[in-house]
Amino acid sequence: MSDIYLDNNATTKVDPAVVEAMLPFFTEQFGNPSSLHNFGNRVGAALKKARQSVQTLLGAEHDSEIIFTSCGTESDSTAILSALKAQPERKEIITTTVEHPAILTLCDQLATEGYTVHKLEVDNRGRLDLDVYKSLLSDNVAIVSVMWANNETGTLFPVLEMAQLADEAGILFHTDAVQIVGKLPIDLKSASIHMLSLSGHKLHAPKGVGVLYLKRGTRFRPLLRGGHQERGRRAGTENSASIVALGKAAELALQHMEHENTVVKALRDKLQAGILASVPNAFVTGDPDNRLPNTLNIAFEYIEGEAILLLLNKAGIAASSGSACTSGSLEPSHVMRAMGIPYTAAHGTVRFSLSRYTTEDEIDRVIVAVPPIVAQLRKLSPYWSDNGPVAEPEKAFAPVYA
Amino acid sequence: MWDYSEKVKEHFYNPKNAGALAEANATGDVGSISCGDALRLTLKVDPPTEIILDAGFQTFGCGSAIASSSALTEMVKGMTLDQALQITNQDIADYLDGLPPEKMHCSVMGREALRAAIADYRGEVLEDDHEEGALVCKCFAIDEVMVRDTVKANNLSSVEDVTNYTKAGGGCSSCHEKIESILTEMMAERGEVFVPAPVKGKQKKVVPVKPKEEPAPAKVAAQAPAAPAAAAPAPGKLTTVQRIRRIEMVLEAIRPNLQRDHGDVELVDVDGKNVYVKLSGACTGCQLASSTLGGIQQRLMEDLGEFVKVVPVSANAPVTIAGM
Repeated sequence: MSDIYLDNNATTKVDPAVVEAMLPFFTEQFGNPSSLHNFGNRVGAALKKARQSVQTLLGAEHDSEIIFTSCGTESDSTAILSALKAQPERKEIITTTVEHPAILTLCDQLATEGYTVHKLEVDNRGRLDLDVYKSLLSDNVAIVSVMWANNETGTLFPVLEMAQLADEAGILFHTDAVQIVGKLPIDLKSASIHMLSLSGHKLHAPKGVGVLYLKRGTRFRPLLRGGHQERGRRAGTENSASIVALGKAAELALQHMEHENTVVKALRDKLQAGILASVPNAFVTGDPDNRLPNTLNIAFEYIEGEAILLLLNKAGIAASSGSACTSGSLEPSHVMRAMGIPYTAAHGTVRFSLSRYTTEDEIDRVIVAVPPIVAQLRKLSPYWSDNGPVAEPEKAFAPVYA
Repeated sequence: MWDYSEKVKEHFYNPKNAGALAEANATGDVGSISCGDALRLTLKVDPPTEIILDAGFQTFGCGSAIASSSALTEMVKGMTLDQALQITNQDIADYLDGLPPEKMHCSVMGREALRAAIADYRGEVLEDDHEEGALVCKCFAIDEVMVRDTVKANNLSSVEDVTNYTKAGGGCSSCHEKIESILTEMMAERGEVFVPAPVKGKQKKVVPVKPKEEPAPAKVAAQAPAAPAAAAPAPGKLTTVQRIRRIEMVLEAIRPNLQRDHGDVELVDVDGKNVYVKLSGACTGCQLASSTLGGIQQRLMEDLGEFVKVVPVSANAPVTIAGM
């Protein structure tokens, strides 16, 4: 039996049709798109087509609003640093406590350089309080950066509404949309979003290519200056093979959008119901009614995520966890902590993220494999007795240097 | 993910002595739920002999925490309490054929649980001096608490100082930014300003060379200290005995650092530019041995002002030093 890959929010398999589309650009189509001759020209035409495919996927008004970058992180950094550089008098940033490190680490660094960073908090289901958000909008804010969908829980933020509020207040709005692009329909021409980041490898394109969407007329300062590539907004010779690949992946994502929201979603729901029916003391984190169709994050209480992953891996199942140990940090996932999930559950969170390649047979196998793994680890846990948690678990086991 | 040894995997997949002992007369609960690792160790001790007859564990934690717990219970069975107290966290890691640096704290937790259980049996109050911070230096597994405590105790003010006192930053050097920010913060607290070391690159050792006159690299290196490093002795003037003494002095200065990690080094022989040393204790088979040797070589070169090559000699093999 082949292994089961349920870690598609981390990265996805490159679609064979995408590989086929990009391969010629390593060999016969190797020209520099900036060159005048035929070698370059043909590549230039292919990049234009790829740009239009991404434009269509995002529902952008102009193809010149698409800037190819090297990854989602680069797009995020470019967006935030551009807003600060273009408006030096504005010293505040609004973001959330549950952003990806690509945003949070940058913001933490900026905080040490004299900027004020407002991190919007979330409730126990990962939802924002828009009244708090509105109260922070002022002429001192250079940029609002809010993720569209959370990578760990799949929870969606009301980004369209938040962008409009920022726009009305004359504030730039950026969204890290790497998890949502290709999974849910987007129409940027009717939105007030000024900048948006996406990453190719989350939608079956290869790693090493991303996009910054920049709404026409938005004030912008490039991160990389140099040649005139990307209309001078992102210098550096184009990664043509990967850009062509991303164009193809964008086309395919549009074609599979309905499948993602029907078949994939149904499989995700089946997995959730199957696990919750047979594993006690487990619960879904985030906002189950308002999340990506492919994402399921379950907290298994009183056991630790890395141990779960190792046993899942042994059973041929790939998933990920918010435990501290999987990342080498001392705290469990900041997303789980932000939602107030207790430590005894936060360390035991496991994220299953599906894709259009996921089959029903695979989901059935996972539903069978998970309960004994959880039971095996609970047998070792000091919080667990024969058939359930010990009475008053926090008191029954209170280690010395907690 | 982690590079776990086969032994770790074996103890994780099939842990020994899992579960609480029914007839335990000693219990140690340690760990930190916020970090996601906690352990209850139960022991059955024979009162007249103080021999540990049986041991059991319950662990909330990752793969290596479970493996360390399992290893610990196997190690202590049959030992007296005094013998068991001699077990170090390095012993637990060694039993498992090593742990990744980020996971060494799992072995520390095992040792702490053992101390706690024995204190419980003897009715003593455990002095808990355990503190743990986020890992700063991955090469040498030095955490932030250790760096901060050392900076504070010794009023350190440079990254180089921190490396000399704690080893943090002595390997790949990618944690230097973190160390600088700790220094900046802590020096501000004591009213000082952190001044980064000037970019010096390798100027100290590179001397402009006229290719025609000095083609041999060894000679070039030998001339180096004559220029900027005024304090360094001119190597040409050292007698063989003086040179070996100097090498010994450098090694003596390094040894306490190695011994802290249960390793050691001794000088075997010196032959021209080759310095033969024997690593022992935890240094043998340590994944970082080559980095340790590189550090020793660097220190020797800085002190002697000439190029030397540090060559490890295995513990058992007879040392045959060819002219080479």
